[in-house]
Amino acid sequence: MTRKLMMGNEAMALGLVENGVGLATGYPGTPASEILAAVAKSRSLRTDPLHVQWAVNEKVAFEIAYAGAQAGLRTAVSMKQVGLNVASDSLMSAAYMGTVGGFVVISADDPGPHSSQTEQDSRLMAVMAKIPVLDPDSPAAARRMTAMAYTLSEAFRIPVMLRPTTRVCHSRQDVAVGTAVETGREPAFKRDPLRWAATPKFRFKLHGELEEKLARIAAWTETAPVRHNPRAGGRRAVVASGVAAAHAREALEALNLWDALPFYQVLQPFPLHADFIAHLIADYDEILVLEETVGVIEMQIGDLHRTQGKWTGSVPRVGELLPEAIVGQIAAFAGRSVDVPQLPAVAGRRPTLCPGCPHRASFFAIRKAAPKGIYTSDIGCYTLGLNLGAVDTVLCMGAAISQAAGFYQAYRHAAKPPPVVATIGDSTFFHAGVPALIDAVVQQVRFVLVILDNRTTAMTGNQPTPATGIGVGGEALAVVEIEPIVKGCGVGFCRTADPYDVKSFIKLIKEALAYARETGPAVVIARHPCVLEEARRTGRPPGPPPVVTDACDGCGFCVERFECPALVMNADKTRVTIDPILCVGCNVCIQVCPKGAIEKAKDR
Amino acid sequence: MSETMRQQIVISGVGGQGVLFATRLLAEAAIDRGLPVFTSETHGMAQRGGTVVSHLKVGPFASPLIRPGQADGLICLKAENIPAHGPFLHPGGWTVVNRASGGVGSLDADRIACDLGDPRAVNLVVLGFALAAPGDAGKPLLFCSLAEVQRVLDRRLAGRDSALKRSRAALEAGANAA
Ligand code: SF4
Ligand code: SF4
Repeated sequence: MTRKLMMGNEAMALGLVENGVGLATGYPGTPASEILAAVAKSRSLRTDPLHVQWAVNEKVAFEIAYAGAQAGLRTAVSMKQVGLNVASDSLMSAAYMGTVGGFVVISADDPGPHSSQTEQDSRLMAVMAKIPVLDPDSPAAARRMTAMAYTLSEAFRIPVMLRPTTRVCHSRQDVAVGTAVETGREPAFKRDPLRWAATPKFRFKLHGELEEKLARIAAWTETAPVRHNPRAGGRRAVVASGVAAAHAREALEALNLWDALPFYQVLQPFPLHADFIAHLIADYDEILVLEETVGVIEMQIGDLHRTQGKWTGSVPRVGELLPEAIVGQIAAFAGRSVDVPQLPAVAGRRPTLCPGCPHRASFFAIRKAAPKGIYTSDIGCYTLGLNLGAVDTVLCMGAAISQAAGFYQAYRHAAKPPPVVATIGDSTFFHAGVPALIDAVVQQVRFVLVILDNRTTAMTGNQPTPATGIGVGGEALAVVEIEPIVKGCGVGFCRTADPYDVKSFIKLIKEALAYARETGPAVVIARHPCVLEEARRTGRPPGPPPVVTDACDGCGFCVERFECPALVMNADKTRVTIDPILCVGCNVCIQVCPKGAIEKAKDR
Repeated sequence: MSETMRQQIVISGVGGQGVLFATRLLAEAAIDRGLPVFTSETHGMAQRGGTVVSHLKVGPFASPLIRPGQADGLICLKAENIPAHGPFLHPGGWTVVNRASGGVGSLDADRIACDLGDPRAVNLVVLGFALAAPGDAGKPLLFCSLAEVQRVLDRRLAGRDSALKRSRAALEAGANAA
């Protein structure tokens, strides 16, 4: 059988396609972003219909996929953990009503966090919704668990969560390909308003059914915990799930404890199998529980005198459970003292906007036009406007606009209210910005909103937005533009410009500020394509770097205020040079240098 | 039975340097040899010019991450990362580093790539060097050969002739510097 190198996200996508998914949706978010495009790519393995689409946000994505499962198809929705917060309203209710076709909710967690606002544990959301959750330890396991999830979902008519973490999503492994592929189901929606449109009285009944389902799932052998080392004995056991189980396996081997400590891997952290809990309590005095990021298994074992884990504080509650930490945990648990090498705490290089990124020009202009402003911002590459001093707040998707409103109201009666400038990306505006903008218009909030429109969802790997009219597989779709939405929300000032033309852009923001002071919300759309996406799309090589002339006196203004990584101050701080490897020749720095010391490259 | 092949390699650099691509070439070379392989990568925010690191584990492993003190080799595309990622190495581990100032296991890949007119090929120059550089007792550093990685490259860039030509040139230039 051929083996192929596959990212966890691709392996899950393959699992979905092989198991007859008929409808797959999602919204991009690290570390889940690659799943949906990989489903679209593997579509060629099937001849029957399979609809794959990005949705405008996770709630919409969830509801589309859920309805597909109500109609009897196997469906899936993918998102990152904070995306599940957005979809949680739908999730809680869908758990009560159940499904007909198998419905898999992939919610990828990011312990660390590496690229997220929180380290929240989606498994706790499964506990709250009362649905089962599976916790893979590798790409290959994640793929197997898609099959398991569909079987479980259809056996109990319940949504099933698959919860990979960053180390599963973004690791790659050799995976067998060319295996059998199941075709999808035919749609067959059966009207049943008592269930599908249940009133509170019937919700009570559905809640009772849900509890019964959970009790039966906690006895379902197919997802029961696995004992890996039957030879080991004693009154102490290690229980682990997810990638922590993979680390634990190597740690037990490295410590020569494989035959000494009974080691169990939990595949389904919720509901934890009732027999397993009884066995643990009966046979062990001490149980080390290794899981990310909250003690979901530990709390179901429910005996804190026996367990050592997140709740008892023996295992750190914050950050990723790295393999070196797990070696230390297991060694200490076994009463061994070993010296586990750790990485030194060295500050790495901070991320920055790409050289030539249009957001950099926008932020520079915003600071010039409103130097004393309050700058609310949002989730995306442009969060890195932090480095330019043009981002004061980042809360969650869409909050830039509502927070701008909050700051405006807070200062409304102050003697000299500061100008408020919000920045939000195009994709984020579609995702959660529109309702907030409607509210700001109704309340006549006097602020400027700069929509950073780079025609893509850049941070997560350049997925399309509703304004690009392109689907997840590259197919042509209808286009929804930003301007008509802004105008339709009732905004009286809406102008679009290219931030690369720095001078005119500063002027435009000043006009918007003047309008906002007198009237109400003003919107500026900063439109220039993401340089990364543009380079990929056109294949065009970057332009020649500009030239720094002798007029440069090393004042450092461009380095500090513009912070293009290609602008490098020399060692004795007398002059700036341009790194030809990094520079993409956008020529924006020419307009930034107050001394006029950067000039366009001469045509060769 | 022959001794089981096990090799753990850390590949380190900054976002945009092509750390992921270099990792993937090696991982595919492992699969071509019929060896099990794991990699772990940095995605998201850090890919925007921040510090990135990939782990590559060839052989029968369960976890995608390398523990500090366990790596056989470190391929470093940015010398400034040595203090952060050097401690991944075990005491006898080797380092290949892109550094202008010279020293054991180092090459000026930035200059070589610029001379090739392909400044973004630093990753392949360093990889070529690592594949050709002799290790202890003249044994190669890596589990696979230059020719095997070239084959992976040919496959990955099939149909994109100019990209393939440039990539091959970068890999060879690095190998020649060894
Ligand atoms: S990926 Fe695009 S949007 Fe993101 S920092 Fe780079 S140029 Fe800017
Ligand atoms: S032209 Fe200037 S601003 Fe643009 S990438 Fe080069 S150094 Fe940076």
